[in-house]
Formats: sequence, structure tokens, C-alpha cells
Amino acid sequence: MSRVGWIRLAVLAIAIGLLELCCRLGLIDQRVVIPPSEMAVALVRLLISGEANEQIVRTFGIVLLAALISVVAGFALGAVIHALPRVRQSLDPFFATYYAVPIFIFYPVMIVIFGLSAIPIVLMGVATAIVAMIIATLNGLDRVPQVLAKVARVHRMGAIATALRLKLPAAAPHLFTGVKLAVSYAFIGVIASEFILAPAGLGRVISDAYTDFNNRQMYALMLLLIIVATIVNMFLHVVDQRWAERRGIAKP
Amino acid sequence: MIATRRAADTAIILIIMLLAWQALHQLVGATALPGPVPTLAYLARFVPSERFAENAWATLVCFFYALLLSYGIGLAIGVWMGIHRLSGAVGEPILISLYTLPKVTLYPVVLLIFGLSLSGRVTFGAMHGVLPVALLTMSAIRNIPPVYLKSARTLHLSGWQTILTMLFPAALPEIVGGLRIGFTLTLLGVLLAEMFAAKQGLGSLIINAMQLMQAEEMLTVAVVLFAFAALANALLLWIEHRLHRRV
Repeated sequence: MSRVGWIRLAVLAIAIGLLELCCRLGLIDQRVVIPPSEMAVALVRLLISGEANEQIVRTFGIVLLAALISVVAGFALGAVIHALPRVRQSLDPFFATYYAVPIFIFYPVMIVIFGLSAIPIVLMGVATAIVAMIIATLNGLDRVPQVLAKVARVHRMGAIATALRLKLPAAAPHLFTGVKLAVSYAFIGVIASEFILAPAGLGRVISDAYTDFNNRQMYALMLLLIIVATIVNMFLHVVDQRWAERRGIAKP
Repeated sequence: MIATRRAADTAIILIIMLLAWQALHQLVGATALPGPVPTLAYLARFVPSERFAENAWATLVCFFYALLLSYGIGLAIGVWMGIHRLSGAVGEPILISLYTLPKVTLYPVVLLIFGLSLSGRVTFGAMHGVLPVALLTMSAIRNIPPVYLKSARTLHLSGWQTILTMLFPAALPEIVGGLRIGFTLTLLGVLLAEMFAAKQGLGSLIINAMQLMQAEEMLTVAVVLFAFAALANALLLWIEHRLHRRV
């Protein structure tokens, strides 16, 4: 590991150590924050007991589903919009504004329409993630070299064949940025919805644990979410960097 | 010419959204989703009312403090990490992973520390806004052409002079971009905090309306927030474009 990497590790270790120390010394009330070591122990116990497994599977399943729908539908929509320049032009202000609007204000509307089930949560996950994928698809397709379109015409390929066999591979590195964003946005959308109101799921269990003053369970599950989200995001980030290196726009 | 076409495009989108709303209303029925006309009629009655003013003011105050914190802390971290290369290299991946974390997860901790208070909601809002402001400020400062720094050194500018007369103006367009995203996310954080646990504010108004099955009120608040966020974003985007063209 590089020197910078070691320093980063040391900074994180010191931060966690300080938190542990402050909790142990009573500088931070244990009713507010429990020491990180106890969070880890509580998480391991919870995972071994299998009490929360159902909720864990449910939440991560919904995140996965929402991310999948966003990536597939986002790519399809992006490809269609890219083929229609006039539509794209008029959609530009919409895309520029989309993430400026806190779309969670529409979550209660979804609940009223679809009832308190998994559907509004999936929809919120898709709603937060899909536009990032559409924008990434548009950017990616913009960068497909003109000559490839000519190649397609020379080979008399149909629109679908051109999209799948030429444009998709050519735009792939850019599309992956969209996939990365879609996954992390789907995560945020699903967890936030579960927090606000949901029949089940990790967000719901954490907010229940908070209301019951069940700090151990709350911190254990929080730790789990943070670990999973960090690992997934870091993995996607590393893959994204690899792709970026390949297309020659990597950061030094 | 371009301006009129842009305005036309925006109008087209608004009309399509209203039509889609109407269609959805026809599909799911009036109790679940009132159509645009009754909602806008309700809006005209509700917005001037005392209850709306109180809650909107509560949200606005909370948002203002959160924004102040986001911008202050975010700019400070961003400038520091942009100038000091080592801290930038060490801190950037940490900030990025914090940025992608679903921060709602941490709201109960904020609540345990601050209780159900204004400071809790402000903290939570600021937690959302600080990171994009810091990250984009940092990259803005790093992207400054090195020749500017050299000329600052030839002119024997002091540290503060360099920051105020050279770094800041050169990085301003990108910094404004960061401030725009910070604005958006801070608003999101404040509203999420109000939706999860609060007695006042527009977020709690939406949740209350949902529980009382008052779909019109719920949609009205959503429409108001939508308009506020979209207009603020358009304004900041306009400033950003002006600054980019200035040079």
C-alpha cells in the first residue's frame, strides 16, 4: 500500500479509537453512542442468531431489484431519447432539475396509491436511480465514434443490432459510471423510504430499535448497512477507475 | 432565440407532467390521487393560510441554518484539502465513501445526541450538504492551472492574498456548482429529517396529511416544494453558466 494509503488507514483507526476511548471514559453517554467494539460484537451476535436475516435479505433484495430495473430501463430509455434529438433537447431542463427536487416528498403519494407494501419502496429506489442511468447512457452514446455508425450502415445492421452489438460495447465504460451511480442511489432511495414508513426491512427495524431504545440492535444494523454500502461502493469505484483507465481519461 | 426555445421546452415538460398526473389520477381514482385542478384549487386556498405559513417558516429557518453550516464547513474543508495536497489525497476517498452512504441510517444517532430539536434537523441537513460542497471545492481548486500559482508567487502574494485574489476567482464557477448541489442535498436532508420525526415543518405536514388521508394537502405541499427546489436550482444554474462564460 502507498504512503497515502497508510496515512488514511491511520486516520480512520485514530478516529475509531478516539470514539471508543470517549465512550469507555464516559465522555460520551453510553445511552447515546455505544463503543464501536460493542457495535461489532452486537452485529456478530445478531448475524449468528439469524434474527434479522429476513429483513436483511428483504432490504438488499429490494435494492438489487431497484438497481436492476433502473439500469435496464434507464439504458433503454437513454438509447431511445438519444435517437430522438428534439425530444432530448426538450428533456434537458428536466434532467438538469430532476435531482434538485427532493423526490422523497412523493413517497407518501406512492404509499397512498399502492398501499403500504414493497411496491412504493421499489418505485422510490427506481425513481432515485433511473435518471442517473439515463444521463450516463446519453453521455456514453454521445462519445461513440461516428465511424462506428458508418460501419453499421456498411454492414446493413438494424437499429437493435447496432444498439446492442456496436453502441453498447463502445459506450460501456461510460455506462458503468451510470451503473455505479444507479446502485448507490438505489441504496439511498430504498433505505430512506424504509426509514420514513415501511411494513418491514432494515430501515424499519433500525427506526423501531431507535424508538424502543434498543441501542445495541440499532447500532449493529447501522454498522451492517454502513459496511455493506461502503464495500459495494468501493468495489464499484475501483471497477469504474479501471474502465476509466482503459478509455484513457483516468485521474493520475 | 435560444431563450425562447428553452422556455418553450420547459413549458412542454410542465404540460406533459400535468397530463401524466391527470392520467394517473383517472387511473387510480380521486381519493388516492386528486387531479391537478382540485390540487391547484386547494393550493390557492392553503398557501395563504396561517398553518402553511407556520410550517413553511419552520422549514425555511431550519434550512437556512443547515445551509449556512453546509457552506461554511464544506468550503473550509474543500479549500484546505485543495491547497494541501497530502490531506486531499488522504481525505478524498473517505469523503467519497461518506458521500455515497445512505445518511438516513445515521439519523437516529443525530436524534439521540440532539433530541427532537431544531439543532438535530439542522445537523442532519448539513450532513447531507457538506460533502458535495467540500468535494467540488477541492476539485475546483486542484483544477486551477499551475501557471496561476506561479504568477502569484512571482508577484509575492501572501497566503491570504493568493486565496482571495487568485484561487477563489479562478475556482468560482466550479465552486458555485458545488454550492448548487449542496443546496439541493441540504434541502433533501432537512425534509427527510422532518418526515422522519418532527412536529412542524413541511416534511411533517406531508406525513401528517398522508396519515389523515388528505391527499390534496399532501400533493399541495409536494408541489410547493417541487416549485421552490426547481426555481432555486434554475437560478443557481444560471449563475453558474454566467460565471463559466465570464473567464
